[in-house]
Amino acid sequence: MTLSRRDIILFLSVIGLIVLTGFLQSWNVALGIFNMGLISAIMALGVNMQWGYAGLFNVGIMGFVALGGLGVVIISMPPVHEAWAAGGIRVITALLVGGATIAAAVFGWSRMAKGRVRILFLVALLVVGFFVYRQLFDPAVIAIEAISPAATGYLGGLGLPVLLAWPVGAALAAGAAWLVGKTALGLRSDYLAIATLGISEIIIAVLKNEDWLSRGVKNVVGIPRPVPYEIDLQNSDSFVSLVSGWGLDPVPVSTITVKLAYAGLFLTVLALLLWLAQAALSSPWGRMMRAIRDNEVAAEAMGKDVTARHLQIFILGAAVCGMAGAMMTTLDGQLTPGSYQPLRFTFLIWVMVIVGGSGNNFGSVLGGFLIWYLWVMAEPGGLFLIEAVTAQLEDGHWLKEHLIKSAAHMRHLTMGVILLLVLRFNPRGLIPER
Amino acid sequence: MDTLNALVALANFVLVPSIAYGSQLALGALGVTLIYGILRFSNFAHGDTMAFGAMATIIVTWWLQSLGISFGPLPTALLALPAGALATALLVLATDRLVYRFYRRKRAQPVILVIVSMGVMFVMNGLVRFIIGVDDQRFADGARFIISARDFKEMTGLREGLAIKSTALLTVVVAIIVVAVLFWFLNRTRTGKSMRAFSDNEDLALLSGIDPERVVRITWIIVACLATVAGVLYGLDKSFKPFTYFQLLLPIFASAIVGGLGNPIGAIAGGFVIAFSEITITYAFKKTALYLFPVWEVEGLIQLLSTEYKFAVSFAILVVVLLFRPTGLFRGKAL
Repeated sequence: MTLSRRDIILFLSVIGLIVLTGFLQSWNVALGIFNMGLISAIMALGVNMQWGYAGLFNVGIMGFVALGGLGVVIISMPPVHEAWAAGGIRVITALLVGGATIAAAVFGWSRMAKGRVRILFLVALLVVGFFVYRQLFDPAVIAIEAISPAATGYLGGLGLPVLLAWPVGAALAAGAAWLVGKTALGLRSDYLAIATLGISEIIIAVLKNEDWLSRGVKNVVGIPRPVPYEIDLQNSDSFVSLVSGWGLDPVPVSTITVKLAYAGLFLTVLALLLWLAQAALSSPWGRMMRAIRDNEVAAEAMGKDVTARHLQIFILGAAVCGMAGAMMTTLDGQLTPGSYQPLRFTFLIWVMVIVGGSGNNFGSVLGGFLIWYLWVMAEPGGLFLIEAVTAQLEDGHWLKEHLIKSAAHMRHLTMGVILLLVLRFNPRGLIPER
Repeated sequence: MDTLNALVALANFVLVPSIAYGSQLALGALGVTLIYGILRFSNFAHGDTMAFGAMATIIVTWWLQSLGISFGPLPTALLALPAGALATALLVLATDRLVYRFYRRKRAQPVILVIVSMGVMFVMNGLVRFIIGVDDQRFADGARFIISARDFKEMTGLREGLAIKSTALLTVVVAIIVVAVLFWFLNRTRTGKSMRAFSDNEDLALLSGIDPERVVRITWIIVACLATVAGVLYGLDKSFKPFTYFQLLLPIFASAIVGGLGNPIGAIAGGFVIAFSEITITYAFKKTALYLFPVWEVEGLIQLLSTEYKFAVSFAILVVVLLFRPTGLFRGKAL
């Protein structure tokens, strides 16, 4: 597919908005918006695969994004050897026992003859398995979390390069998506929505409470970076002499250099994914997907396995979201499970996909940038608007105080109104599917 | 004696809270299931509708309190409830007129309506945050306890106390009244019957001269009342925080689906199934076990799952029902 002139103008205007922010506020802010815009675009791309290609309604994006973040911790943080010695093996064994119990239950259910015996066997197996699991798991967790809880108190990671975490984050999200898809796909579309809503809340609860894994609400900070630190650049003679040679101050330039380096990495990933997504969409596989979306009955009559194809695309889309989540955690340099809010990480991505144009990959990318920009700008914009409206009221008036205090919440209202307006008047989005 | 103590402890920490929570979930699930039955989509904005109703009630409550009006031992919020329900009804009717009606006329796919309801959720959430903020609001007044744990111990001479919060009893009584009125309305009145007919078979209902817009309007009004009552009761029993209402969405949907989407009796049963499982599974049985088996050396809390994982319970029940009986326990119209 080639972009039409209109699409290119749309892209240029969004980039223009960000560049304008650079001129008016600072290049640091503008690049910050650009980097998160790139990540948002990748998330929107993943959701677009599920919704735009296949018509699957996923409201658990937050969970997949958070799993990507967990992937970063598991891969890149240095291992805590004392914690491993204290209970690492026992925790792994416990998890294996838990997994084996569930696997045995599933296997038994499919192999045994129907009847009371099967149900009794299943219940007994699950109960025994659960208690054995807890018996192994609890003391190990206590032992791990006792190892200097203020500094570590968790197992740490594998100490591998952080870039490796991006595909691993994708794989974790794909695994969770397989579990959800297996149960909820093939039923009504609303059921998938509710199942994904549930799994995302559970993933966040796990990240918040399993301190041995992710330090919980104590957060993991200081995640290794794929790019140099600002302070190292400022201390590097070659960098300082180069920048000073251009007549610039090395301190702000170093932060911008770091952000540009991230932008380069993210752009590479986005370009690669976009290329893959476009190739997939125009391949026979992509045509089959759209055929299934447009008429499931007809596609099934043609011999396509609708549920299996849905599962496939659901996993692929979730993997892309997981990778975006891993990239976001890498950019932040920390995993803060408390900061995952469904309105921000699930529903905002939906606004991006719908506004950009569902079914069109370029649309999702555009939506990702545009909505992220608006999301960031809605807060100061709302404050400005409210100050303008209340200018007539004298200072200290209760209504004025309340309104100014509430201005921060304008962004939810704005996003909801944008979503409703686009759905009503331009349901195909800014760059429609073709 | 020890057995009695164990039973009282169980009643205090499991039975009473589950009944109160179950009633709140049942009221929420009734709203979801009615929308599903009549308008045929899963309303993601329901949690935030509840939050809006509770917020409107809280504001009227504050106004009444500032006038010095109280309701004796009962919470003032009960007096404010009709006003809150009215405000919510006006809001959802306006939403229907401005947003949903367009898609209904176009006969849009249900999933489009779900996405639309997501937009409505955003707007309602923004409204609530804008008007009342994101903080905890306490608005319960009147008597706090029917029986406090200390009184109960003195009365019975048991070591364990059974505290019944007045809000818990109130929740149950109000829920019973609301459900009784709702079922009387659905089964006995002409309008209620036309609603059920519309839910069963839309085309046939249209042929027999039922005005669909009227059915939809009445459904929204009922849903607004249910959501407000559920929201206020939940807020009275715990506390009002806008974000928790969004999180209630999962247990509410689980209740509605477990009972069978579109089936009001199922919604009530589902609410209690979810509430009982959630509280039983996250309850620490140590105390009860100590009374029943004094010789047993108890290690840990004997808690199957920590309270933070209560979502996992609704979710697990939901998955089991989806796997083995996707239409729900009471055969809803789903699938």
